Amino acid sequence: MYAAPFSYHRAASLQEAVKLLQELGEEARVIAGGQSLIPLMKMRMARPAALIDINSIPGLGDINNSQGELRFGALVRHADLEHSAAGVTVPILHDCAAGIADVQVRNQGTIGGSLAEADPSGDWPTALLALDTSVVCVGPDGQRTVPLEEFIKDAYTTALAHDEILTEVRVSTPPKSSGGAHLAFKRSAPVYPTASASVQLMLADHHTCKDARIALGCVGLTAIRAKEAERALRGKPLDEKNIRTAVEAARAAADPQSDMRGSADYKRVLVGVLVKRAVGIATRRARGEIVEAGHEYAGR
Amino acid sequence: MRVRVNGEAREAEVEPRTLLVEFLREHLNLTGTHIGCDTTYCGACTVILNGRTVKSCTLFAPMADGGEITTVEGLAKDGALHPVQEAFAECHGLQCGYCTPGLLLSTLQLLKKHPKPTEAQIRKGIAGNTCRCTGYQNVFKSIRVAAAEMEKR
Repeated sequence: MYAAPFSYHRAASLQEAVKLLQELGEEARVIAGGQSLIPLMKMRMARPAALIDINSIPGLGDINNSQGELRFGALVRHADLEHSAAGVTVPILHDCAAGIADVQVRNQGTIGGSLAEADPSGDWPTALLALDTSVVCVGPDGQRTVPLEEFIKDAYTTALAHDEILTEVRVSTPPKSSGGAHLAFKRSAPVYPTASASVQLMLADHHTCKDARIALGCVGLTAIRAKEAERALRGKPLDEKNIRTAVEAARAAADPQSDMRGSADYKRVLVGVLVKRAVGIATRRARGEIVEAGHEYAGR
Repeated sequence: MRVRVNGEAREAEVEPRTLLVEFLREHLNLTGTHIGCDTTYCGACTVILNGRTVKSCTLFAPMADGGEITTVEGLAKDGALHPVQEAFAECHGLQCGYCTPGLLLSTLQLLKKHPKPTEAQIRKGIAGNTCRCTGYQNVFKSIRVAAAEMEKR
């Protein structure tokens, strides 16, 4: 399959990329890993007149950890994060990175591209919504930092202006006694999940939840914060009754569509199961246990 | 664009929308890299770009400009098959062979990271390569035999 013709521009610096976006206008798109954009262009669902390749811009692939904050350059590949120390410190990041599609796609696809694409089924928006995340956008007037909840506006729609580039993802390092999990169910490795759930908990003591953030993926036009479900756990014992209330609230917060991945009813049940499991794993991790978790698919 | 393919410098002028797999097949006549699904699913087009496996149907060729590429043609040396190729042949790790070039390169990448892969690591390592013939059992066997053989050398 051939994409519609376009002009190709390789930017050597951020300044050059922004300048190119201004010159080439609204028909130009930035390309990073290309793992979403290229398939869309091949199917002619996207027809940018120009592509600005940012892969050669130095520094955009760095991971930094300082002053209670993890900073991921927009070009950090899923595979980089999968094998990084950041994934050990914050396991929810590893769960997410290691389960996206397959080895080849993880080698190429980027965290910045995933957020800028804002696919409702993408894993990063869900996992990062369960953490305290903001993104840095650079445009002709300099840079601004936008909380992730305000950055993703709608399906495939973000707060980025046409001449702005997402350059960095910033995540506050969770406090002590915290743990999280990102779980997803998919039909096979290379496809988007049918549903996903991210839970990040902080414990007050062995059995009591001090704080909770819960996000759901693939069951709405954007990743969804399940705030009622969070309230069902915050400040309360992590017992069967409270977890059941949280799961029910998460199911109610989901707004899935029936499609080839499953019916709306099925996805609502699935997301409840994923939240329940994720709460269990997040709790065990917050207590210091090492637990393997992530994407489930047939043949795994 | 200028690239090194299997150690050789190659140069070509391409339209930007040329996919990397088409560049390899049509411009360089390296037809060992296959086009299967053409939708980032099956992995028949897998090549190694700058040390990492990628699906060459999901990269525009100019994005690889200046890069180092290994295709299936680069595995055998001086007429002798690579140990991974030998293992696939010995263990019947293929039937029709369409997916094999991609599986060979994914196996190389897997063994570089995990010289003695567990069952789970093998499953994860080749999850991006679809085979419609083998049922994967002989592929797993081939990968285990290749790992043992490469450790000996």
